[in-house]
Amino acid sequence: MTTLRSPIGRARGLGSAKSGMGHHWSTIVSAVGLIPLSLWFVVSIARLAGADHAVFTAWIAKGPNAALLILTIGLTCYHASLGLSMVIEDYVTCKAKKFAALLATRLIAALLAVGMSVSILKVAIGG
Amino acid sequence: MSTRNRPLSPHLDVYRLPLLAIMSISHRITGVGLAIGMFALAWWLCAAASGPAEFAVAQAVFGSFLGKLFLFGWTVALFFHLSHGIRHLLWDSGWGFEIPQAYLSAKVALGATVVLTVIAWIIGLA
Repeated sequence: MTTLRSPIGRARGLGSAKSGMGHHWSTIVSAVGLIPLSLWFVVSIARLAGADHAVFTAWIAKGPNAALLILTIGLTCYHASLGLSMVIEDYVTCKAKKFAALLATRLIAALLAVGMSVSILKVAIGG
Repeated sequence: MSTRNRPLSPHLDVYRLPLLAIMSISHRITGVGLAIGMFALAWWLCAAASGPAEFAVAQAVFGSFLGKLFLFGWTVALFFHLSHGIRHLLWDSGWGFEIPQAYLSAKVALGATVVLTVIAWIIGLA
């Protein structure tokens, strides 16, 4: 089997794209998951237009809604973090700024995912 | 050697982007926009966790004219990114690299964006 990869690249399991394959695969997996979840999310949110707190609490406490909402938010933050990293890597050339932007992207994505999940659980269980 | 007849790469500021290029850069722009939009979702959920008074304020903000305008832009961006993302998945599976197929999938993605946005707003305003 012929290959275009260098022997050292093959030995390390890394081609010229380094961890690019894993990054791309993670983007695909989260994207596929988000197709049904984002459609469910938009329909749910649209039906909650103008709802008061009691209606919202009842909706979030019902069936799988809290779990699906947390899953949607977790996958979205993960997918957004992967996508923004790619944009930063493409357009930010200064190494220090690139490092700071990549770090901030991951931390803010984690913060938003955890923050929103806690808010959802507070409404669903404690509300 | 004459350099006059060399092909030039297009300067982006004087070059009219073809549809496929516009689709490509719009995927990135909507992706970044949707990521920023997550702050609005975080604020909405935070308001819901804070109590009925805070949630009523958030619902009033999203129900206002500017709130609805933001949400309209958000739904267009989401459905565009979703439809165009499916094009990316098709390319990853090996389908659609021929120019006619690329234009067909671009037009289907744009049509799906319009149809899904209209359906979402029919549900939202019903």
